[in-house]
Amino acid sequence: NSGVMSLLKPLLLDVVPTIQHTAALALGRLANYNDDLAEAVVKGDILPHLLCSLSEQNRFYKKAAAFVLRAVGKHSPQLAQAVVQCGALEMLVICLEDFDPGVKEAASWAIGYIARHNSELSQAVVDAGAVPLLVLCIQEPEIALKRIAASTLSDISKHSPELAQTVVDAGAIAHLAQMILNPDAKLKRQVLSALSQIAKHSLDLAELVVEAEIFPVVLTCLKDSDEYVKKNGATLIREIAKHTPELSQLIVNAGGVAAVIDCIGSCRGSVRLPGIMVLGYIAAHSENLSMAVIVSKGIPRLCACLMEEHEDHVKAAAAWALGQVGRHTPEHARAVAVANVLPTLLALYMDTRSSEDLQMKATLKNILQKCTYLPALEPLLHDAPPNIMKHIVGQFSKVLPHDSKARRLFVTTGGLKKVQEIKAESGSLLQEYIKTINNCYPEEIVRYYSPGYSEILLERVENYHPV
Amino acid sequence: MAALARLQARLSWLREEYYRRNRSVDENRKREYKAAIKIQSWFRGCRVRAYLRYLNKMVILIQKWWRGYRSRRYFRKMVETAYFIMKMNFYNEMAVRIQKSWRGYYVRTYIHNYYALKKYLEAISVNNEIVRNELQEYAEMMENEEKRKDLEKKEKEKKYRARKMHYLLSTEQIAGIYNSPFRKSPDPMELLLQKSKPLSHRQQQVKSPFTYKLYDWPTCTRPPTFSTSQTLPPISRQKPQGPFRNTAEVLRQRFKPLEPTLRAAASINSPLEKAREEMKREEWRNCIHDNEFLPFSSYHKNKKYDPSIHRSGKYVQETYGIKHFCEVQPNKWIADKVMLPSIVLFKKFGKTYSRTGQIM
Repeated sequence: NSGVMSLLKPLLLDVVPTIQHTAALALGRLANYNDDLAEAVVKGDILPHLLCSLSEQNRFYKKAAAFVLRAVGKHSPQLAQAVVQCGALEMLVICLEDFDPGVKEAASWAIGYIARHNSELSQAVVDAGAVPLLVLCIQEPEIALKRIAASTLSDISKHSPELAQTVVDAGAIAHLAQMILNPDAKLKRQVLSALSQIAKHSLDLAELVVEAEIFPVVLTCLKDSDEYVKKNGATLIREIAKHTPELSQLIVNAGGVAAVIDCIGSCRGSVRLPGIMVLGYIAAHSENLSMAVIVSKGIPRLCACLMEEHEDHVKAAAAWALGQVGRHTPEHARAVAVANVLPTLLALYMDTRSSEDLQMKATLKNILQKCTYLPALEPLLHDAPPNIMKHIVGQFSKVLPHDSKARRLFVTTGGLKKVQEIKAESGSLLQEYIKTINNCYPEEIVRYYSPGYSEILLERVENYHPV
Repeated sequence: MAALARLQARLSWLREEYYRRNRSVDENRKREYKAAIKIQSWFRGCRVRAYLRYLNKMVILIQKWWRGYRSRRYFRKMVETAYFIMKMNFYNEMAVRIQKSWRGYYVRTYIHNYYALKKYLEAISVNNEIVRNELQEYAEMMENEEKRKDLEKKEKEKKYRARKMHYLLSTEQIAGIYNSPFRKSPDPMELLLQKSKPLSHRQQQVKSPFTYKLYDWPTCTRPPTFSTSQTLPPISRQKPQGPFRNTAEVLRQRFKPLEPTLRAAASINSPLEKAREEMKREEWRNCIHDNEFLPFSSYHKNKKYDPSIHRSGKYVQETYGIKHFCEVQPNKWIADKVMLPSIVLFKKFGKTYSRTGQIM
C-alpha cells in the first residue's frame, strides 16, 4: 500500500539471486493475504518480469515464483485469467519438469489453484500440457508432491467430461487407484476426491474407474480414522452408484452396502451425507437392490440419521433415501414402516420450520402408496394433514375389505372413529375412500362411531314416552 | 200349294222381315260386335294371363331353386367359418394354457426367481458380515499400528533424553537423583541412564527418504535396512598434516606377502633333504607314465595291452559306454508279448454316477 509494489519490482531483476527470490517470496506473501493486493500485483505488471527468466533461475527462485502465481491465482477467476494471459502456464509446466520435488510441488499447487475456478481455465491448463507431467508427479516418492498433484488432477477433472477424459487418457486412474492403499490420510483424501470427480461425469468414466479394481479396497477407506477420507470414499462410491443398476449391483456384491452403513454410523454431521446418498441411489435403481439395502440393516441406521441430525440437508437426504427404499413394493414399505419412522417423517413434514417439505411429501407419498402394514399407519391417522390423509385412508380402504382381523383392530384402536370425524368434500377421492371403509362395516357400528351420535341418542331418550 | 200359299202369305212379311231382320241385325250388330270383341279380348286376356301365370310360376321355380342353392352355399360357408373360428378359439385356448404355464415357469425361474432372490439376499448378508469383520479387523490393526507407533516414539524420546542426560548417572560417591538411598530399588530412569551411550557432538542423522515411507506401512514390521542408512566412516574428516606418502602405496607395502629366503623357509633339520623330497614329490605327482621311455623298442612287444579300468569289464570289454548308453533290455519286456484281459469292474472305477458313493 505504501508503494511496496514499485519498490519490490526492480528487486526482482537484481543481480544477486538471493535478493530476487526473497523479493518474490515477499510478493507472494502479500498477494496471498488479500485479493486487492493480488490485483495490485497484477496491475503493477510484475508477473511478466517474474516469468521472463524463470527457466534459468535456481530452484528457490522457481519455488518463490510459483508461490506468487499461486497466491495471485487463488482469489478469483479474473485474477487467474490474468495470470494465464501472462504466459504463466508454460513457465509452470517447465517448473513441473524440474528435478527438485519442492519446485514441482509449488508449480502443481499453482496450477491447481488456477484450474479450480472454471472450465476455461482448466482447459488452458490442459492445453499447456500439464496433465502428463502431473501424472508423472503422482508417481514420485515424496508424499507432499503426491498430495498436491492428486488435488490438482481432481480440480482439473471436476469441470467437464472432456477434461476428465483427458486426465484419464494420461493414465492417471491406475496410479490413483494404487495410491488408495497409502497410509497417509491427506493423500487418501485427495486421491479419493480425484477419482470421484473423474467418475461423476459419465457412465464410461465410472466404468473405467471401477475397472481399476478399486473395489473392495475402497471399503477399507471407509474405516479410516480420518473423517474426510471416509467422506471422500463415500463420495466416490456415490458417484459410481448413481449411473446404472449394474454398477450399483457391483457395489452391493462387493459388500459395499455394509461398509457404507457402518461408515454412516461412525460419523456425525455432514460427513454422513454422501454415505446416505449412496444408499438412496442404490435403492432407487431396482427393488432387488432396495431389498439388499434392507437386508443389510440399512433402515435402522437411516432412521437414526434422520432423528439425530440437526442440519436440514442431511435430514432431507435421509428422508429421500428412505423414500427410495420404501417405494417399490408393499414388502419394502412394510420394512420401512416397521422401523417406526413414519411418525417422525410426518412430524418433520408438519414442522413449519423445515424447508424441505417437498422431499418429505414425495417420500411420504411414495411410502404410503405402497404401505399395507396397518399398525404403522394407525398413529398417522390422528395427526395427518388432509393431503396426506387421503393416501392413508386410501390404503385402509384397500386393505380393510379383505381382512377381517384388520377390521376388528381398526375398530378397537379407534381408527373408525377418527375416519368418521374426517370431513371430506363430496365427490373427492377422500370421500370415496371413506365410503368404501364404511361399507366394510355394518350400519350400527358406523352410526355408533359417527360424531354426535351420543346427542342423537340422548334426544331419542328425551322424546321417548314410556308406555 | 199350301206351302206356297203359306210362303206367299209370309211373303209380304218377307220384305219387312228382311228389312226388319236387316235392321235388327243392324241394331244388334254393334252390340254383338262389341260383345264378340269383349269375349274375344277376355279370352285372349285369359290366355295371356294363363301364360303369364305359367311363366311366373316357372320363374318362381327357377328363382326358388337358385336362391336355395345360393343360400345353401352361403350357409356352408358360414358353417365352415364358424367351425374354423371354433377351432381357432379352441387352439387359442390351448395355446394360452401352454403359454400361461410356460410363462409362469419362465418368470419364476429366470426373471423373478424368488428362491434365487432369497439366496442372493442371504449371500449378501453373509458377504456383508464377512466384509464387516474384515473391516473391523483392519480398523483394529490400524489402531494397534498407531498405538505402537506412539509407544515407539515415546520410547525413542525417552532414550534420547537419557542419552542427553547421561551425566545424571550415579557414581560410587554421589548417588544420582534417580538413585535416592531412600528408595528400595533404583528408578527405571537410572537403569536407562546406565544403559545409554553418551551423545557425541555432531549427530549425523542420515535420513533416507525411503525409511519414512516404508516404515509406516503396517505390513512391514521392520524397515528394510539399507546399507546406506548406516553412517559410513567419513572419507576425509581430518586431513593429516604434512607431506605423507600415498596411502595406497603404504598399504601395499604394509601388506606385502612374505617371501622368505630358502634358508629361512626351510626347516632346521636337514633342509637339503627336505627340499629334495619336495621336489621328488612334485615330480611323482606330475608324471603321467610310469614306464618311461625305454631303451629297446621290442621290450614290450609281447606285453599285453592293459586296458584302463573304465573300459575293461570282468572278462571282456564292457559294451556299455561304447555300443549302447541306456540300460535297456528288450528281451525282458512283456507288454508287447502278453495281452492280459482287462477287468471290467476296475474300468468303471471313478466313472459311475452314483449319489451314494459320491463319485461323479
